[in-house]
Amino acid sequence: MSATPPLPRWADLVLLPLINLAAAFLVCGLIVLAIGEDPIKALQVMINGAFVYPGSLGYTLYYTTNFIFTGLAVAVAFHAQMFNIGGEGQAYVGGLGAALVGLFVAPYLPSIVAIPLAVGAAALFGAAWAFIPGYLQAKRDSHIVITTIMFNFLAGALMVWLLAGPLIQPGQQSPQSSEIAASSFLPTLQGMMGNFGVKVANSPLNMSFGIALLAMLVFYILIWKTRLGYNIRAVGKNQQAARYAGINVPRVIIITLAISGGFAGLMATNEILGVNHRAVLNFTAGYGFTGIAVALMGRNHPIGIFLASLLFGALYQGGAELDFEFKSITREMVLLIQGMIILFSGALAHMFNPPLARFLAKVLPGKGDQDV
Amino acid sequence: MSDFWMQLLLTFDATLRVATPLMLCAMAGIFSERSGVVDISLEGKLLTGAFVAAAVASLTGSAWLGLFAAIAASMTMSMIHGFATITHKGDQVVSGVAINLLASGITVITGIALFHRGGQTPSLFGDARFHKIELPLVETFDAIPVFGTIYRELISGHSILTYIALLAVPMASLVLYRTRFGLRLRAVGEVPEAVDSAGISVTWLRYRALLVGGALCGIAGAYLSTSHGANFVREMSAGKGYIALAAVIFGNWRPLRALMACLLFGFLDAATPRLQGVEFPVIGEIPSELMLAAPYIITVLLLAGFIGKPTPPAAIGQPYDK
Repeated sequence: MSATPPLPRWADLVLLPLINLAAAFLVCGLIVLAIGEDPIKALQVMINGAFVYPGSLGYTLYYTTNFIFTGLAVAVAFHAQMFNIGGEGQAYVGGLGAALVGLFVAPYLPSIVAIPLAVGAAALFGAAWAFIPGYLQAKRDSHIVITTIMFNFLAGALMVWLLAGPLIQPGQQSPQSSEIAASSFLPTLQGMMGNFGVKVANSPLNMSFGIALLAMLVFYILIWKTRLGYNIRAVGKNQQAARYAGINVPRVIIITLAISGGFAGLMATNEILGVNHRAVLNFTAGYGFTGIAVALMGRNHPIGIFLASLLFGALYQGGAELDFEFKSITREMVLLIQGMIILFSGALAHMFNPPLARFLAKVLPGKGDQDV
Repeated sequence: MSDFWMQLLLTFDATLRVATPLMLCAMAGIFSERSGVVDISLEGKLLTGAFVAAAVASLTGSAWLGLFAAIAASMTMSMIHGFATITHKGDQVVSGVAINLLASGITVITGIALFHRGGQTPSLFGDARFHKIELPLVETFDAIPVFGTIYRELISGHSILTYIALLAVPMASLVLYRTRFGLRLRAVGEVPEAVDSAGISVTWLRYRALLVGGALCGIAGAYLSTSHGANFVREMSAGKGYIALAAVIFGNWRPLRALMACLLFGFLDAATPRLQGVEFPVIGEIPSELMLAAPYIITVLLLAGFIGKPTPPAAIGQPYDK
């Protein structure tokens, strides 16, 4: 292994992710072929469904919003070498925070106060749900992967209990809360553009997309421009060294996890404040797990996370189109693609790296050789 | 026998049924994790096994063929995990997440392609299912007061796969603690360097541990869809793989203790429907969500060191670099 030359930076950042992505799609294409359908046609249907049909781009960006939040959540923890697999539960509980404000506080407030409060509550509840596993990891050495998995299930049980019990809409049988106050609805793009007389096709895209873009900026500044971000990265690179340098490692771990949970909780702004306008069962729908794929593909950088989120947004929206066009391929195809992407760009990250590096070292005129 | 005791007996009986896939998956988890490979893909392997067992049983009419196919499919998933984490030294948790997603996707896609029933498989009848088997001497023991009832209701009358699961626990214990393979497997999860320097292949040992785990998860999957249930429905593993993982931790990575955890978790599950609407003195009715969440709460408390302290294998989660 030591004979492997280093990969050039551009290849590491652009070429390798593309190769991994291509491998994932190739395997999925073979599976589609195996069940007797045309993979090229399936891809076309997905692209049309994601970008071409009227309103489809709005839907794609609506899904993208969710993935930006959950992707940032996983990525911030990755920077501290922590695996937060609990984005699903944190987003779920974040939705509880947003809904509680929307139900009980917002009716007495104008939008300009109600919306920031509800958004803040989503982040705060998500952060609190991640704080506990973070605390247990930092202070009691409980493995974060296991505790966050357990907390996903606990969030599920808590929400079922609340939505079928104390928070259930009076007179309703299905487990969901009453509608939140209109002052806490996030304005849709359609509505906002309508104010300026611009017509936009119908889609659920709303202000939370803007919040997501803002969150990316916050993420960038936090990780690379602040002392806390430096500490997070130092803990991620080498805990011993970080402790020796005077960094309070347990504190940094707890704060990182809380921030991570906060990002995940913000996902609820899109689903609860933007679209459903009430707390419903399982609104997280696996978006938290997709965040893992997004962070891995996006290399824990906001730009990469945005591109990966866009990809997954397109996959989700285009995948829904598969249901209409095909008899035997459905949107579950997206789960498969997602699994393959995590496998190739995450678990098998080291597979294509050495051969590619050797190949490039041979092909490219060798300024690397002179260094060696 | 009074009504209460009969109810309790029936709850224990249900406990064994619910705990069967947990026991098998927990043993799978122990083999894999004792060799140093984190296995959160128990869930995905269980789901894969369940689908393949039901699909093959439905196509061939044989539950046994379904079982063998489930074992093969689940072992294949294990090999993907091994290829990524042992051969290519990938992150074991990431690989596990990938396998769980792959399983969720491919079971539904193949199910729809084969059966056109929205991801379900057709209902299984006759030989395509594992049925309850009556142990010998049930009639004879009926004459004995208490024991006869216990034998008839609790010990007899389970699927063969439940008995296999019960047997898997002492077998796992025996293999891990009384064979050369088991000794080496435990060593490779603690100090892989030592095993390597003794000239034994770390890679091959870990692959074998994963293969054993895959086989056990396959049996557990077959139990879900061809014995406990009568067909495959999407996401039918419903978190059981994660509960089994909790049982592994709760059992401190030891087979017999993990069995106890599986039975405890199974009992909580089996008791839940029976306790609905029952008012307890002082505390009143227990919400069923709390009962279902109990395994997770207990595991978190354990991990936090409030009930004993778990000691995971020392080299767990680390790819071995020569």
